[in-house]
Amino acid sequence: MSEVVLRGFGWRHAGRRAWAVREVDLRIAHGERVLLLGPSGAGKSTLLAALAGLLPDDSGESAGGAEIDGLEPRKAREHVGLLFQDPQTQLVMARSGDDVAFGPENRGVPGKDIWARVSDALDRVGFPYPITRPTSALSGGEAQRLALAGVLALRPGLLLLDEPTANLDPDGAALIRRALTQAVDRDTTMILVEHRVAEALPLVDRVIVLEPGGGVRADGPPAAIFAELGDQLAAEGVWVPGRPLPQHKAVLPPGASLVRAEHATFQHRLRPVSLEAHEASILAVTGPNGAGKSTLALLLGGLLRPTSGTIWAAPGGEPWTWRARDLASRIGSVFQDPEHQFITSRVRDELAGSRVDELLSRLRLSHLADANPYTLSGGEARRLSVATALARAPRLLILDEPTFGQDRRTWIELAALFASLRDEGHGIVAVTHDADFVSSLSDRTFVLSRGRA
Amino acid sequence: MITPLASDARATAPLARRNPVAKLAAALIFALPLVSTLDPLTPALGLAIELALLPLFGVRYGELARRAWPLLLAAGGILVTMVLFAADRTGTVLVDAGPIEITTGVLLGALGLVLRVFAVALPGIIVFATTDPTDLADALVQNAKAPPRFAIGALAAFRLLPLLGLQWQALTLARRARGLDAGRNPVAKLRLFASTAFALLVGALRRGGRLATAMDARGFDAGTPRTYARRQIFRPADWTLVAGAALLSAAALAASVVTGMFRPVIG
Repeated sequence: MSEVVLRGFGWRHAGRRAWAVREVDLRIAHGERVLLLGPSGAGKSTLLAALAGLLPDDSGESAGGAEIDGLEPRKAREHVGLLFQDPQTQLVMARSGDDVAFGPENRGVPGKDIWARVSDALDRVGFPYPITRPTSALSGGEAQRLALAGVLALRPGLLLLDEPTANLDPDGAALIRRALTQAVDRDTTMILVEHRVAEALPLVDRVIVLEPGGGVRADGPPAAIFAELGDQLAAEGVWVPGRPLPQHKAVLPPGASLVRAEHATFQHRLRPVSLEAHEASILAVTGPNGAGKSTLALLLGGLLRPTSGTIWAAPGGEPWTWRARDLASRIGSVFQDPEHQFITSRVRDELAGSRVDELLSRLRLSHLADANPYTLSGGEARRLSVATALARAPRLLILDEPTFGQDRRTWIELAALFASLRDEGHGIVAVTHDADFVSSLSDRTFVLSRGRA
Repeated sequence: MITPLASDARATAPLARRNPVAKLAAALIFALPLVSTLDPLTPALGLAIELALLPLFGVRYGELARRAWPLLLAAGGILVTMVLFAADRTGTVLVDAGPIEITTGVLLGALGLVLRVFAVALPGIIVFATTDPTDLADALVQNAKAPPRFAIGALAAFRLLPLLGLQWQALTLARRARGLDAGRNPVAKLRLFASTAFALLVGALRRGGRLATAMDARGFDAGTPRTYARRQIFRPADWTLVAGAALLSAAALAASVVTGMFRPVIG
């Protein structure tokens, strides 16, 4: 039951020269469902945080006005619920039911009414477990469903969703979309930020596009917006539906063998796997959650010692026995979380060696050479983590979810980069559940099935 | 790793079921007076009482030993330090090896200290072995009037702890992938450890910040008085537990005074 009005609204974070959001005029009526789009850096997340009343006055400078049901956002917090990307940092309590009860407790809902609200919210999102289920035992998609229940238990008139599926695998993301379809009724106003437009469209009836420099570029029904601005939005990184991706299949036959697994297992996390990867070829490893894809990547990368079976890698030997220096010059590993790989406080220092400038320019990071790696955007951090793996010129690259959560523009850049590395003779093994990666890039696909060793 | 979740057998043990704040208060009230004397008898009596009551908490002796083994290291350290450096060299000389002279006085002092370490630490170990952290936080807020900001905030941070182990492993592997290892060089090992620990800290702070924002978004600490979905009640039996702890502690001290073993820390 909430109406949102923005009049010339702007926000500038303390210590920044540029405005994160600026000159936004909008009216969102009660019960509308809005998809908020805009290239990365257009201030979508800042706008949601402002509406949720999460920007304290001393954390920056505001302009214009924002109202929810006639109140300024900090006074309207009881009307608003906000769901973030990462389920791990949203759950507070050890047991599922307690976590949903956390919000109502904070809002002072009488104790005897709380459990009815909890079971109602859990029903609405289709949570399949009893309320005593430990939150630590939930998968990503389940945990995010629980986090959604925690927000719905507050009975918000305005529901804000900040890329709620970006950290989830395709199954988990589908789970959340189903939960949203079920849970959001016509009495709830909803604003959704999401790159994956095709999946988000069934949930919304209006699209608003923010302009990076300030203001609103477009506002209207989805069909009209994408007919008019589809190409431009796609070029800026939005996953506009119905736009094909470039194909990059190998033109040359694969070369010599670079790594070979023979009945390799690791503890209980991976059942016996035999596969081989070659120069000038991209091998995609797919499979459901829990099949041990990331573990396989670590084994092939010489970072774990197989419990049984062998891993052999060029130029000859078992990679887990090599010194780190030798390993890095033969096999480059790119982790799912780029930040795990950063070891210095300057982009340039991350690549210390002979090919710094070449790598920086190839990965379009030259302008960030002196920045702190931890301050990079998601796409930039991903490119830098690939650059660090390339720094010692290994022939083999092992990538764990290399395109995960990227916007369309970054995705296309990364695909072109991996294709050109492959065409130069590098062998690439990519663990992925990105179907686009498989169809555009991979020369061979290996499906890992679930099961215990 | 801390494994605080109480088992079913424990949930029915008469003392394990008491209010967490009562258990905590009883542990403090029982253990603190034991520190007031340097003699070995008082902590020995305290320890005996603790071990005798253990079944009422539903904790098996083997489990207590498993949880308390780090104390053995502390005890060993105390023993070595006392034997080498204690000023009190009275009593019969047992060993005379040049600069090291071991006397009955030294051994008695060391024994007293070691017993004190165990007698004071065990009640805490028993409380945490039989108390669910959520119940403890609830009781601290509801019965001891602790600020929710502190108690619930600590509880939320506690939930992130297991993640740190996974993060550490990932950071370590990522460093090897980047070509960093220490080999057998201890200085390089220390530097690698420090840089990994720093990265872990940076990551933990960022996650902590995100969690704090998410809690904020759900109305935590926004000035509205909190209500409680889970009631923690302080019953007469809880008072009895606290009073019992005080009585038993006093009895141990009295025994020490009566037998003339009492040696106050102060004076």
